[in-house]
Amino acid sequence: MMHIGAKRSLLTAILIAVVVSLFSAHFNRYYRDVAIDVAINIILAVSLNLILGHTGQFSLGHAGFMAVGGYIAAKITLVFGVTAVAWAQPLIFLGALLVGGIVAALAGLAVGVPSLRLRGDYLAIVTLGFGEIIRVIFQTSETFGAATGLVAIPKWTTLGWGFGIAAITVYVVGCLVNSTYGRGFIAVHDDEIAAGAMGINPVRYKVTAFVIGAFFAGVAGGLYAHQKTTLSPGGFDFMKSIDIVVMVILGGMGNTAGVIAAAVILTVVQEPLRALGPLRMVVFALIIIVLMMLRPQGLFSFGKKKGASA
Amino acid sequence: MHWLQQLTNGLALGSIYALIALGYTMVYGVLRFINFAHSDVLMLGAFSAFYLAPKMEAIFGPQSAIGALVIIVLAAAICAAIGILIELLAYRPLRKRPKLTVLITAIGVSLFIEFTCQHGAVFGAATKPFPKLLPTRELHFAGIEMASNDLLVLVLTAVLLVAMWFIVQRTKMGMAIRAVSFNEQAASLMGVNVNRVISFTFGLGSALAAVAGIFYAMRAPGIEPLMGVQPGIRAFIAAVLGGIGNLPGAALGGLLLGVLETVAGGIPGVSNYRDGIAFAILILILIFRPAGLLGKAMIEKV
Repeated sequence: MMHIGAKRSLLTAILIAVVVSLFSAHFNRYYRDVAIDVAINIILAVSLNLILGHTGQFSLGHAGFMAVGGYIAAKITLVFGVTAVAWAQPLIFLGALLVGGIVAALAGLAVGVPSLRLRGDYLAIVTLGFGEIIRVIFQTSETFGAATGLVAIPKWTTLGWGFGIAAITVYVVGCLVNSTYGRGFIAVHDDEIAAGAMGINPVRYKVTAFVIGAFFAGVAGGLYAHQKTTLSPGGFDFMKSIDIVVMVILGGMGNTAGVIAAAVILTVVQEPLRALGPLRMVVFALIIIVLMMLRPQGLFSFGKKKGASA
Repeated sequence: MHWLQQLTNGLALGSIYALIALGYTMVYGVLRFINFAHSDVLMLGAFSAFYLAPKMEAIFGPQSAIGALVIIVLAAAICAAIGILIELLAYRPLRKRPKLTVLITAIGVSLFIEFTCQHGAVFGAATKPFPKLLPTRELHFAGIEMASNDLLVLVLTAVLLVAMWFIVQRTKMGMAIRAVSFNEQAASLMGVNVNRVISFTFGLGSALAAVAGIFYAMRAPGIEPLMGVQPGIRAFIAAVLGGIGNLPGAALGGLLLGVLETVAGGIPGVSNYRDGIAFAILILILIFRPAGLLGKAMIEKV
């Protein structure tokens, strides 16, 4: 249950993020970048958790939505933002993030409407294919820099933006799932047929989860673009989607706190794991298999209801 | 006769898709889930042939027909064993679990095989040239050019399809497969050993994937651990196109997809988006005929 102080905690979290952000020049550059990555991954993981964890729909295209948001936001900034006066830049950044998110949400709608009427297995393949198609489109489109991608994007993502939006994501997803309306997501997750018999329209809930999840993934993509300052189509491949899926599974599907913890841990250990090279993905694959067999509810879910594993 | 040429090329590619699609559709028929690792079994089939080829060449001489046959049979046997093993270790413990769990595990198994094989100690990530198993010749017939390998693929696919039909429709094991696919619980009450049927299905499907993998490798510039992903996805789409769980449907879907892709690849302007065509077909079929071309719409019973 979302407690009464939720709104207050949200405002406090944003305030802290912004205040800390003012002092970010004093932090070690490397740690600051890792912290921003943590924030972006929290947004990605929490938004996928709405789709995969709460609603039980397996999407392998989260990196695709991220790519849509990232490319659109970066393009807007490059066209309007770079020449704008200093005071207008945060507004343009906000607008770029929002438009990126909305376009990603529309992409989510376009993918979701045909495939969500069907079983989960199809969805996995369609979303996988969608991610690939997005990559091919950006790779061939001259407007988006073709194979080189977009470069010289201003580095506007700060700790404040990152954690502020992460807090908003957690708040929105939390409020949504814990509202009367949001009980529908969990009902669809637990038993689609029973939910339908209770007068809940499973397709509408699934599409809603998909669109909202895609929106936040798009916003995260925008933040990512303005953090790395370059975008290339290769950065949003299937493996990126798998990274996010692993965060959600490790944290426990439907367990927001666990998913946030998993996003933080996996981002922080990312650098040491990079030394493993290709073995990193072998480790990820083993994590997936072993968790599914022994702890399908994730590492951080304790004594939860039976349905948590579904 | 340009279009006739495209048609033959498409049929050769499509019959490879059909062989892979049979594996997907059979496993789907008995277990109701997509075996994502199927595309990696295909890759393992090609690599088995790659490592067997020099040894067989030493015994039977270079590019001999009997050597090629032995390679194909051995690779099929190896892959059948791998397929059975995957089911035993990864899927069987999860059989009574929610479908999402099994689906995620299947992706995990697929990634595990791919990245383990990419490691330098196993196959390595670099593309390796696939050995010529058979002498190749260009055949000319009524103005159509065709590689002898492609003709062989077509003929062999036809033979394997008939064999599959025979196994499923005319043998005791085939009857057991159909029974499990129809209703697992009732079949098990009638004395069908469900575990054995499922193992057999995985073995048979994986053997077909190995054969398809070898043929695919013959046409491809080389082999590498991720080579199975693209044909695997295409074959899955072919299975959905024909009606998943339906054997003739898988064959039809494979052939159709192969022809459509080849023809589209020949149209200027469309050819850039060749990779997207298969997915566009999938989305169209899911909207207009989710049960597939030959499948019957199933009413979900509660």
